[in-house]
Amino acid sequence: MLDDLRDLYQEVIFDHNRNPRNFREMDDADRQIDGFNPLCGDRLTLFIKLADGKISDASFQGQGCAISTASTSLMTDMIKGQTEEEAQKLFSLFHKMATGEHVEMDDLGKLAVLAGVCEYPARVKCATLPWHTLDALLQGAEEPVTTE
Amino acid sequence: MAITEAVNFMDTYDVEAIRKDFPVLDQKIRGKQLVYLDNAATSQKPKAVIDSIVQYYENDNANIHRGVHTLSERATLSYETARKTVQKFLNAETEKEIIFTRGATEAINLVANAFAEKLSAGDEVLITAMEHHSNIVPWQMLCEKTGAELKVAPINDKGELIFEEFEALVSKKTKFAAISHMSNALGTINPIKQMIDLLHQHNVPVLVDGAQAIPHIAVDVQALDCEFYVFSGHKLYAPTGIGALYGKMEQLEQMAPYQGGGDMISVVTFESTVYNKIPYKFEAGTPNIAGTIGLGAAIEYINNIGIDAIAAHENSLLEYAIEQSKKIDKLRIIGTAENKGAIMSFVLDGIHPHDIGTMMDHQGIAVRAGHHCAMPVMDFFGVPATARASFAMYNTHQEVDALMAGIENLIEMFG
Repeated sequence: MLDDLRDLYQEVIFDHNRNPRNFREMDDADRQIDGFNPLCGDRLTLFIKLADGKISDASFQGQGCAISTASTSLMTDMIKGQTEEEAQKLFSLFHKMATGEHVEMDDLGKLAVLAGVCEYPARVKCATLPWHTLDALLQGAEEPVTTE
Repeated sequence: MAITEAVNFMDTYDVEAIRKDFPVLDQKIRGKQLVYLDNAATSQKPKAVIDSIVQYYENDNANIHRGVHTLSERATLSYETARKTVQKFLNAETEKEIIFTRGATEAINLVANAFAEKLSAGDEVLITAMEHHSNIVPWQMLCEKTGAELKVAPINDKGELIFEEFEALVSKKTKFAAISHMSNALGTINPIKQMIDLLHQHNVPVLVDGAQAIPHIAVDVQALDCEFYVFSGHKLYAPTGIGALYGKMEQLEQMAPYQGGGDMISVVTFESTVYNKIPYKFEAGTPNIAGTIGLGAAIEYINNIGIDAIAAHENSLLEYAIEQSKKIDKLRIIGTAENKGAIMSFVLDGIHPHDIGTMMDHQGIAVRAGHHCAMPVMDFFGVPATARASFAMYNTHQEVDALMAGIENLIEMFG
């Protein structure tokens, strides 16, 4: 019945939703910021630690749908060890993928499991909320980020 | 007695015939028959309503209240006939007490705007904890402007108003009350007659937000004795962009106009303006003529079936849905008031409402997922959002079965 939904809800997404990686508060974070999707009420707090020009640790707390939870979980995994510049580049790539622009899937690594979201306009913001939040965090913002 | 009547309605209620009047229902979504259960957001439109709009644009289109030509006379007649239809539907004393607006939201803003002159610091405006944002924000804005304070009557964990606490909040300071007839997020039907009587003992004017109640409950504004009653057409099988404000004449007479412009004046010079009489004083500019005609057609359509018969059918759907939902362990209904309209708001353990919404859509089932423009209600129940199935006159028991099967399917997929 729901087989055609597997493009959007791949097993990896269910896995990250059930067991989100890096789902913890970070008491000694160098930066933290809240992200909020006012349309659906999803909220997350993103924490990062920086060392030697790189993101040495990333974690999050909050509540959201499977798409946004999996996206945040995957993102925090991916950006660990990246420079801020690399993370920004990944954000730009991810944003392109989520909004249906052509990108080389190889460049996205594990994030490619979220490619199906571009077919669901109502769900694009679920996937991009953590990335917009990260983008604001890297640019030094402190006010909560909203998707609207 | 009530049960016998309901059974009688059910015997003669021909839902299949009604479904044929709604062209939009006859379609497949992602290969599956559409099951439309988002009626609390907006209802579908019967052919009679669609035809009335086409008829107007194809034959009678003209501006109203000004032309001497035939088309303008026809358009004016249709527009004013719709006003009388609304008057009778609400049992208002005169059609002059019916003001057409863009919807319930604009009607509330119109009243809130007029009361800005009458309130000052130290006064209070009373609402309930189950209001839609449209019956919160205009009053917050009014309080900000006047220095008055917004008081909120609490609800219990079934989503019912706690009447004693509501009563305790009414005092000499209370200068206005705005209360929902039926909650859009929970389905709760408030004891508005009792609430209005209590408020009147303290001379407090009352606005009833009827946006959710109007398609489900017969409304008699004279019996309720409320000062204002507002609703949107689009939840009542009429087009979007049209709604109405009922206001008691004695209130309307004391109110400043909401907007200035054409049609709301009788004489204009550069020095001063004499406003038109009520209701035109509150209807500035060329109105939504086609929408108004569509609203009239929708009410006539409802009258032909009978609002009580519709209510009995919807209540039977709701009871059936609640009963069937008990078989799903992970499902929890949000809003379990004793007196409740045809709305089932629910959450599924471990599955976010947005995922429910997408997965239901894949099965052809349209439900709402979100905060339903009632964020304070979501906060109260400690959920970010809910999924909501809401029923209308054309829904069937088989569609309730489809809803339940759809929920079971997605629970299985989530694992």
